[in-house]
Amino acid sequence: MKYSAWQRLTALVTALSAGWVGLAWAADAQTEGAPPPTDYITMLLVFMLATFIGLGVITRVSRLLHTPLMSLTNAISAIAVVGSIVLTGDKHPAYITILGGIALFASMTNIVSGFLITDRMLKMFKTPGANKQ
Amino acid sequence: MRYTIIQLIYAAGVALFIFALYWMNHPKTARKSVIAGVVAMTLAIIGTLLSPGIVNWHWIAIAVMLGFVVGVPLSRVPLTAVPQRTALSHAFGGLAAGLVGAAEYYLWLREGPQAFSAFRTFALIAEIILGFLTFTGSLMAAGKLQEVKWIPQRPVTYKFQNQSNLALFAIAVLCGILVVLDPVKYSLLFPVIIGLSLLFGVLLIIPIGGADMPTVIALLNSYAGLSAVAMGFVLNNKLLVTAGALDGSSGLILSIIMCRAMNRSFTNVLFGAFGQVQQSAAGGERKAVKSETAEGAAQIMEQASRVVVVPGYGMAVAQAQHRVREFYDQLTKRGIDVRFAIHPVAGRMPGHMNVLLAEAEIPYDKLVEMDDINPEMGQTDVVLVIGANDVVNPAARHDKSSPIFGMPIIDADKAHTCFAIKRSMNPGFAGIDNELYTADHTYMIFGDAKAVVGELVKSLAADGQNGH
Repeated sequence: MKYSAWQRLTALVTALSAGWVGLAWAADAQTEGAPPPTDYITMLLVFMLATFIGLGVITRVSRLLHTPLMSLTNAISAIAVVGSIVLTGDKHPAYITILGGIALFASMTNIVSGFLITDRMLKMFKTPGANKQ
Repeated sequence: MRYTIIQLIYAAGVALFIFALYWMNHPKTARKSVIAGVVAMTLAIIGTLLSPGIVNWHWIAIAVMLGFVVGVPLSRVPLTAVPQRTALSHAFGGLAAGLVGAAEYYLWLREGPQAFSAFRTFALIAEIILGFLTFTGSLMAAGKLQEVKWIPQRPVTYKFQNQSNLALFAIAVLCGILVVLDPVKYSLLFPVIIGLSLLFGVLLIIPIGGADMPTVIALLNSYAGLSAVAMGFVLNNKLLVTAGALDGSSGLILSIIMCRAMNRSFTNVLFGAFGQVQQSAAGGERKAVKSETAEGAAQIMEQASRVVVVPGYGMAVAQAQHRVREFYDQLTKRGIDVRFAIHPVAGRMPGHMNVLLAEAEIPYDKLVEMDDINPEMGQTDVVLVIGANDVVNPAARHDKSSPIFGMPIIDADKAHTCFAIKRSMNPGFAGIDNELYTADHTYMIFGDAKAVVGELVKSLAADGQNGH
């Protein structure tokens, strides 16, 4: 069985992360770890790398699928749901909860409608010759 | 311990998001994308719900339920309405980012000055400016696409428009800098920034015409992503930063593709107020157009061996895609090679035509990109233009005075015979005369795209029966 370069890379990354995770877990088990303080350089690095990966992956997206791609990224950018949940859920004054609740509603709408409509559109792309009558 | 678990769940989410986008490289694997995306999002939500301190479960449940109530119908819109749905969900995305940013600011304000750091406040200001301008800008774009009555369809321009917009934006940025410098002292400026961003979003979209919508929607997609990135910086959340960056780069690439397909720059699209230009210049000597009936066109098409269909926004407006499918069936039954030439900016959003034709169950290998089909246009017997205009205007190749000069087009004029379906001879959205329509081998078929293609199908079907 032959594996593509992409599959091998994924396997390698998964194996490395699993090892790292094991180590981190062992180190972390002793301490009830509080979140470390914000490391802005790391954040910027993450942003930079994610953008490069994004550019690389998106340029390979089939032009046929640009509309579903947009609705998919719509749903993905609704990751703002993470921030909204924390705001809505934590004990805060009522107006903060309300702002968070509206944001959570908006993100949730995007997630639900984004994934559903992407799937609906992708279903329509029929394999060539599959539907000869 | 719990923190580590949450971070690990987030890491898995990041990997799945990247796979989701990777699998979009081919229609065969694309449906896996949605599964990966849904799993990643579920992980993200579960991870967040695990975080300590969450007490208002009922409010979360209510908001999530409302999200489903609105989201499900929004995903069932007809495919012709997909551009406005997309714009609307950009608006939701912007709103969410803006509101979270605003809420965080007031929370920090309650905690006191030590809650602010320059970097976090800077990211927060970026988040609310991007979020709120995406919100109103996308609402305007959605309104224009939906053709809401009180939103002007044509570009609205006035004197010093760009200058005043720029000034407005500069004031918002200036207020932002002041807030970064002293978040507590200048807290009254915070609502001002929100107001200015909301206003700026509206003013940014007002001068943009329908033909530029694909670029603008892609750009707003990018903004929605970037506001999520800013939120990630504010909340110190790498998952937000990654997913937002993926979205931002996707929007950026799409808008670059759109701009290239129109041979225009970002600044030109955003500040050019396209579509106002040619009203007076069009007067000159106007060549007569020849018109043809659907029956006549059908007879010529039957003799062809290669037919290329060029769909445009007109096909979407008339909802003609299913008739086009019947037309395709009639011709392929006769052994005629029928393909579809897709211009990157045909329609109102990237890939719009592909989705409509796929809905009508036309196999996707028949949908050919502009660059691939143009070399074959010389050997094509019949081109049928359905509701496309500027993307087939030969003036783009040679007329330096034309506003679309330099834009890559589908060479419909190089085919032996060309039929163009059009409602009337009014110039298209860009207000430019189309030389293709007056060319010697072009025949116009006037009427609604759906009705005309229906007549074509009828004539073809009748002829097919007589032949037997």
